Amino acid sequence: MHEMSLAEGMLQLVEDGARQHAASAVKAVWLEVGSLAHVEVDALRFCFDAVARGTLAQGARLEIVATPGAAWCLPCSERVALARLGDACPNCGSHQLQVVQGEDLRVREIEIA
Amino acid sequence: MCVTCGCGEGEVRIEGGSATGAGAPHAHLHRHADGTVHAHPHDAGDEAVHDHGHAQPHDDAHPHEHHHGHDHAHGHDHAHDHAHDHAHGHVHDHADGHDHAHAHPHTHDAQSDAAGVIGAVHAPGVDGTRRVQIERDVLAKNDALAAANRRLFAARGIFALNLVSSPGSGKTTLLVKTIEALGGRIRALVIEGDQQTSRDAERIRATGVPAVQVNTGKGCHLDADMVARALDRLDPPPGSLVLIENVGNLVCPAAFDLGEAHKVAILSVTEGDDKPIKYPDLFHAADLMLVNKVDLLPYVEFDVDAAIGWARRVQPGIGVMRVSARTGEGFDAWLAWLERGVERARARAAIVASAPDASEPAPARRHA
Repeated sequence: MHEMSLAEGMLQLVEDGARQHAASAVKAVWLEVGSLAHVEVDALRFCFDAVARGTLAQGARLEIVATPGAAWCLPCSERVALARLGDACPNCGSHQLQVVQGEDLRVREIEIA
Repeated sequence: MCVTCGCGEGEVRIEGGSATGAGAPHAHLHRHADGTVHAHPHDAGDEAVHDHGHAQPHDDAHPHEHHHGHDHAHGHDHAHDHAHDHAHGHVHDHADGHDHAHAHPHTHDAQSDAAGVIGAVHAPGVDGTRRVQIERDVLAKNDALAAANRRLFAARGIFALNLVSSPGSGKTTLLVKTIEALGGRIRALVIEGDQQTSRDAERIRATGVPAVQVNTGKGCHLDADMVARALDRLDPPPGSLVLIENVGNLVCPAAFDLGEAHKVAILSVTEGDDKPIKYPDLFHAADLMLVNKVDLLPYVEFDVDAAIGWARRVQPGIGVMRVSARTGEGFDAWLAWLERGVERARARAAIVASAPDASEPAPARRHA
């Protein structure tokens, strides 16, 4: 379960940000999760809660900002929606798709006290 | 649990190095992008996260220059009613390779909602909370370490591969046969990832090739830091081939860049031919798929063309080779691909080294 590693990475970014602003606590974290990102959100929530215990981010609310997947379809020569890997182009049915969006996993913002 | 190295309840162990276990105080080696390594210890059972950055005292001096010349003590309290939509996320690189984002607290109303409604109030909200932008990838640290590994490979003209598959696909046998077939024409070195034991590294070393075992403990994948530490120990010579055998797992290794030139997925015919679509992340991340154990095709219901079709649904550009590590079938193409990769890596390093303004000269080997 690599979500534990991801949660630790998240926590580090959150704590770095909180310290830079001399925060006493982190109340919420906005996490951008692409629909094609290599992560299971429920597992990540569980792991983040676990690793945040005893830190500035203990009990912080995790807000998921979902971003849709998108790909460049070579036959269509245009950008198309891609809900998950292996799906076909919704226009032409081709799988000649180059993913261009939806693989991100980013800490966007934190709310601090 | 060691939350620094992610060793979970088990332990990460680089063969030949000290154990980094949860049961004992253990030191973490940190390699910065410029190649400097420093260690700092932390105690057993350290539940609190310790800082990998600046709060942790460390000995090696490195300059911290902040190249943006505005200070943040602006005390104006005028209420202005225009919406601030400027995203301040200054990411600046330090000389030692770690960068961090400075989000500037143009604090726009703590009550602004998740959609980013902004009230332009330069003061904390009534409940004393405020929002600050971070805008950083969760995998940024791993990716920075992977980039450092990649720079080392590039400077030394090394061709590095990350071999990924489920357990039992025949990765180690494939490596042993590959090394034997190369017959010393190319210097090969191996990093072996497994949860525990050094059995695989021992199999590789029996061929006469240097190998370092990384035990991930409870971890399910290799990360760039583990590979960096293994590289410190392995010290691969210029122009060599570094083969990194990841933990047998079709899910987690997909997310972690190790600094390799290519991920190579291995799918054996004793598995299902629909694995590429059932585990798309890993095949999507791979540039080459080796269909292994093809000598067993007469005895199994595995449709090679179907497997290739599934793989190309998730990775249209994936190359495919049919091989048998047991019989050597298909090895001519595989070995030729490896040799081409090594030649290209060597050629690129030679060009960089001969350029008059080479900014990254090949680092000298520390051990002759």
